[in-house]
Amino acid sequence: MSNETRLQAFLSEAGELSRFAARFVSQCLRPRYEVAEFIRQCYIIGYQSLPLVGLTGFIMGLVLTLQLRPSMVDYGVESQLPAIVGIAIVREIGPVITALIFAGKIGSSIGAELGSMKVTEQIDAMEVSGTNPFKYLVVTRVMAAICMLPILSVLSDAISLYGAYLGVNVRGATSFHLFWVEVVDSLAFNDVLPAFIKTFFFGFAVGIIGCFKGYNSKKGTEGVGHSANSAVVLSSVVIFILDLLAVQITDLLGFN
Amino acid sequence: MASSEPVMKISHLYKSFGNNHVLNDFNFELYKGENVVVLGKSGSGKSVLIKCIIGLLKPDQGTIEVFDQCINDMDDADLDKVRARVGFLFQSNALYDSMTVRENLEFPLRRHWMEVSQEEVNQMVTEALEDVGLAHTIDMMPVELSGGMRKRIALARTLILKPDIILYDEPTTGLDSITGSEIISLMIEIKKKYNTSSLIISHDMNCVRRASDRVVVLYDGTCYATGTYTSLQNHTDPKVKQFFEQDFKQ
Repeated sequence: MSNETRLQAFLSEAGELSRFAARFVSQCLRPRYEVAEFIRQCYIIGYQSLPLVGLTGFIMGLVLTLQLRPSMVDYGVESQLPAIVGIAIVREIGPVITALIFAGKIGSSIGAELGSMKVTEQIDAMEVSGTNPFKYLVVTRVMAAICMLPILSVLSDAISLYGAYLGVNVRGATSFHLFWVEVVDSLAFNDVLPAFIKTFFFGFAVGIIGCFKGYNSKKGTEGVGHSANSAVVLSSVVIFILDLLAVQITDLLGFN
Repeated sequence: MASSEPVMKISHLYKSFGNNHVLNDFNFELYKGENVVVLGKSGSGKSVLIKCIIGLLKPDQGTIEVFDQCINDMDDADLDKVRARVGFLFQSNALYDSMTVRENLEFPLRRHWMEVSQEEVNQMVTEALEDVGLAHTIDMMPVELSGGMRKRIALARTLILKPDIILYDEPTTGLDSITGSEIISLMIEIKKKYNTSSLIISHDMNCVRRASDRVVVLYDGTCYATGTYTSLQNHTDPKVKQFFEQDFKQ
């Protein structure tokens, strides 16, 4: 494929994705609201992702602390370890790593599920059964992703900080109360709010890209695999782009 | 027996995909209590036709009237009302993998805003499953069923709304000859029991012979020939004869 054709294909897909996102916005405002399916998706997307997100969060906090400690000791600021780890986790690493894990688990799962439903005509069957498949399948999943990722991110931050506490205590003795006070004292409103807000956008990106890839799946079962794979890759890239934009915007607004 | 009352009327239907003109001035009528088989080669537009009828595809030109209502420009709410009276058996069965057999059958009932109690729903589900001889599978998942059983469950889901018209998209494709034959018998029984009209897309000649009251040959996007199985079997036109001479495969 020539560079020009690739560019055309990229722009075409970006246009289709934008149209898909616009359709999501217009559909989610209009009744009928698929509340039962939304709650079911919240359970699947949120509750069932918690063990994985929690485990990775815990390891992330522990490893980050263990890796930072030698440098902190060299500079003679070992006592600042809880504060540094706290800021790093809450402001940046927690939301981004949680979103990436979320993209890997939920983005691929949505892409594969909708892709499979598409190629086996289940989406057409839904339409014939008096259901708006876009509302039932896409709106509920994207809304669930938007609502669940911020919650998962907060929980992951908390578990990461507990991992960091254990990491601090591997070669030291700090009480949990002291560790927690140091972390909380180091964090300001400007650290917490932008980090929390951006997780809603990460959730939207993972949900809408997973649904877009699955809903437009082609080429039979091969297409299902491709949908799942490309949903993860594209959502991961978009998460980093959104993160970059979020940093720039918060900087412009004076939150940094 | 078929009456003279048309339940579906297709006039001057055109549908293209780019330069591929799939349907070219297709005209057709389906009468009450009649089983019509649409016979055509692969890629001749049979599935496109059936998807236009149910509103999954929009025709480029022409009109499709179902129960004297033109469905071309209907809004979603009105289209859903028509769809509640038209069953569709998908080629791939299209059973929802994440739902049990019971939930699969309940889905159309609940989605079409039917005001029925749970007791009535249970009764309708049981009756539909008994019609296809699979009442014992009610709590099973689709993945636990064989291909023939899945087809029967899909048929039960189609029947649950007691449709006046049933559209069958290649009902015997992918099944062995014995199971295919059982499905054909079931389709004939359903027609007798509920006096439904059916439009069957098929190129299984056993299905065409046994299930059809009338056969329509779809060729070059048009209704090329129509008649009973026997009359078309003795047709002199080579384009019609080829279907009856060759056991062609998709």
